[in-house]
Amino acid sequence: MKRLIPTLILLLGAIGLAYPLLRPTPSAFDLDGFGRIPVVANGRTKPLDSVARNTLLLLQGRQRVVTPDGSTLAPTAWLLDVLFRPDRADSYQHFEIVNPGLLDVFGLTIEDGAGKKRFSYRQLTPKLEELDRQAQLAQGVESALRTAYQRAVVNLRDHVIFYQQLKHSLVMPDGSDFLGNLLRLQDNLAAGIEAVRSRQSGTPSNPELASFVMEMGSKFMRMEQIGILLVIPPAKGAADTHWVKAGKALLGTFQVDSVNVHALTFAGLQRTWNDQNAEQFNTLLSKQRAEAERAYPEILKKTDAEVRFNQAEPFYSSMALYVLAFLLAACSWLKWPEVLQRGAYWLVLLAWVATTAGIVMRMWIEGRPPVTNLYSSALFVGWGCVGLCLILEKIYRNGIGSVAAALTGFCTLVIAHHLSLTGDTLEMMRAVLDSNFWLATHVVVITIGYSATYLAGFLAVIYVCRGVFTRSLDQATADSLNRMVYGITCFATLFNLVGTILGGIWADQSWGRFWGWDPKENGALIIVIWNAIILHARWGGLARTRGLMALAIFGNIVTSWSWFGTNMLGVGLHSYGFMDQAFVALVAFVATQLALIGLIYLPKAHWRSASTLR
Amino acid sequence: MADIWNSFVKFFTSLQVTVVLLALSIVLIFAATLDQVNLGIWAVQEKYFRTFVVLWNVKGFPVPVFPGGYFIGGLLLLNLIASHLYRFKFTWKKSGIFLTHAGLIILLIGELLTGLWQEEFQLRLDQGQTRNYSESYRENELAVIDATDPQWDQVIAIPAERLGGREPIQHERLPFRVVTRSYYPNAIVQMREQLGNVSTPPPASRDIGAKLVVIPTPITYKQNERNQPSAVIELVGPANTSLGTWVVSTMLAQPQTFDYAGRTWRLALRSTRAYKPYSLTLLKFSHDRYMGTDIPKNFASKVRLHSLDGQTDRETLIYMNNPLRYDGLTFYQAGFDNNDTTTILQVVRNPSWLLPYIACVMMGLGLSIQFGIHLVAFANKRRKTA
Repeated sequence: MKRLIPTLILLLGAIGLAYPLLRPTPSAFDLDGFGRIPVVANGRTKPLDSVARNTLLLLQGRQRVVTPDGSTLAPTAWLLDVLFRPDRADSYQHFEIVNPGLLDVFGLTIEDGAGKKRFSYRQLTPKLEELDRQAQLAQGVESALRTAYQRAVVNLRDHVIFYQQLKHSLVMPDGSDFLGNLLRLQDNLAAGIEAVRSRQSGTPSNPELASFVMEMGSKFMRMEQIGILLVIPPAKGAADTHWVKAGKALLGTFQVDSVNVHALTFAGLQRTWNDQNAEQFNTLLSKQRAEAERAYPEILKKTDAEVRFNQAEPFYSSMALYVLAFLLAACSWLKWPEVLQRGAYWLVLLAWVATTAGIVMRMWIEGRPPVTNLYSSALFVGWGCVGLCLILEKIYRNGIGSVAAALTGFCTLVIAHHLSLTGDTLEMMRAVLDSNFWLATHVVVITIGYSATYLAGFLAVIYVCRGVFTRSLDQATADSLNRMVYGITCFATLFNLVGTILGGIWADQSWGRFWGWDPKENGALIIVIWNAIILHARWGGLARTRGLMALAIFGNIVTSWSWFGTNMLGVGLHSYGFMDQAFVALVAFVATQLALIGLIYLPKAHWRSASTLR
Repeated sequence: MADIWNSFVKFFTSLQVTVVLLALSIVLIFAATLDQVNLGIWAVQEKYFRTFVVLWNVKGFPVPVFPGGYFIGGLLLLNLIASHLYRFKFTWKKSGIFLTHAGLIILLIGELLTGLWQEEFQLRLDQGQTRNYSESYRENELAVIDATDPQWDQVIAIPAERLGGREPIQHERLPFRVVTRSYYPNAIVQMREQLGNVSTPPPASRDIGAKLVVIPTPITYKQNERNQPSAVIELVGPANTSLGTWVVSTMLAQPQTFDYAGRTWRLALRSTRAYKPYSLTLLKFSHDRYMGTDIPKNFASKVRLHSLDGQTDRETLIYMNNPLRYDGLTFYQAGFDNNDTTTILQVVRNPSWLLPYIACVMMGLGLSIQFGIHLVAFANKRRKTA
């Protein structure tokens, strides 16, 4: 029976991981099908499903939407309402406002918001002009020097603009019968153009038709100016490979003598969604899909995979698995070591495989090495840490590797989640960074170096916590922790050093200089020197077990500075930097690490494990 | 004597000194990183790294507060070399450590040489324009040009800092001395008429100087701004006859012309130029963006490289991560201007560029060997105990 438990745990974990993919969608509408439609946004071809999820994360920090009548919407259903039923969407509370000063601008209190912080477009409408004025005032200040209020104002203004741009992306959101109007235009195109011409030449023949055509033209113009998604694919065989906005394609109606078929489809989807006619909605979608499969199957391969990836949410599921693994492994030091340690190991392995799959998926979608921005570096640091931990656990089989893996894996995924709130995490690479070779070598190597430095630090944290707070730290465990920290520090030194120098070589290749003393470079150098200090202090006998642990924990601070601190410097260390949320988090982290270092130097007599340690 | 020498050696070969020096270097780098917010990247390098002591201004007096980069780096180098000479016995087991530290020595020396030898200039080219010189980012010069011969200019360039000194400047090719009346490291020059009624007298008697106001401004350390020095200079001929006073400023685009002693002269304060025996012509600058966004995808300058000796005449494309290397210089795409019609190339000379590559290979290899030896020993031990 006991041998079965770890297998059972693994099985349960696997089911939990697969559940989001197997969960049936409770809608008569083919929401998945709509989510799979590819568009171009931020320079990248992506499915509407990603647009919906990223927009929700951007506006309100989470993907769940609850309508005023209390029902929960899937991200794609929410997007459908924004695009096709803006009247309804305007009443959804999806704008997050936490700055009290900003609430005053709108005369709102936290009680007016869902969850005391989310507000609807309708609630904001009366004071949009004032918001714009405030944002313009704030923009007069250099972005690094803005106060928390000024940043909140500019952010909200940008979010409101983005929301408006989204609404104008597929159809004109003025409540009119867009499909009916387009069909009427289609049927009377030649006559309509003639009517406009005659009106311009001063001999009106059909004034009603002429003003209809001109009105449609100005609607198309507005969609072209305001809309943001490029939703119309290039015609097959056309020389131009650019996607365009629906507005632009519709403006082309007057040149090519027919209304763009994709734009018509979107108008049809709007009408069927408005009428809540699931059957026709699904029929239209399947026609659109068949057409797309004929015209650009290559693109669909990637966007379909991205939808599956979005639904699987491997990183969120892994977070849960890490928490479970942590509990099992930590309990193993108190009871049933064999069984629980195996169970924890399997769970960690499962989560690691899931994050690996997630990272590989992102690489394939983007066509890039694993680390391209801060978000992906957080994923990869976690991945590296957990990978190393799995090796440690395989060697030592004492639960320490699993606990360290669960801790680092969970923390890095939490960091990644917070970093994902600024929009699409699969960004296009700015020109300077556009070099797969250097991204694959320098960036990957240095990120693994970060992982290892953190891991050494977290192993030291485990040493302190077990020694001071529990009776579970015996001499053998302390010795193996010492060896682990030393071994991992050696590994970290190698990767940090080589990674840093590779960065210098990239700089020399691209800019003709090896070292420029910029904050990020300095940060990396400090980590390398810190690793060197740890090794030399150990070799010179300056640091024994406790000293080594203290140095390793300080390595956490050094690495965090290099990873995030230097970036905060970029936005200014002046007045506001200290108010920044991330800065507060960093300071709090540094404080905890310093406290842990203090604990190490607590006289051994006060350690709960004092009796088991020599 | 031998005792002193021994204790000296003992001190410099100790690991404690290594650790202390490494810790000091971390403090230095960290402080320098923070100070970049105030001083910008260039001033920080001078203040913290390319110096023996870091000086802080306390009420106008420079007070040494911390050892500088040369000091710490130099001691580390000494410590490293001394340790290897006196303490280490070479064995194969330690070959990794030796290799790593030898690489480190090369890296430190390379950085020292870079600090001493590296030069950075920039080259701005409008579409279709040809230039055979690059310009310094931060340094300026007063160019006194004998333009009598329509074919050739004879240029005498005086570094702008010399204008800040009190000594009159004399040159064998100049029939006059240059005397500075006032010098401003950063200043705005404006037309008097734009400012309305100005009470101060005109700063200079000759040319445009009579119509200007010079307004001194604080020196800037920002990375994307440059100082615009101005000076009021007097030219004094033989027998102390004054030719008059001029305002020169990097803000004045056109050189000022005058005739003296039967020759035509031009005066201009401008970025220091480095002339080359070849020229670059910008054929086309392109700036690609990602579909539907303003995110830059690529900047590229198509240039023609033409050498005076006629041996080189070719077209080449300079773009991000792909610089042009020629004549010991690296030309890389640094920026653009004027609605994508002007390219800005950075021109860097770094004769010691090869050293970091060698150091990288040695250190990477050294650490791999060293830790590999550890790992094998560890695995063997575990196998025996198991």
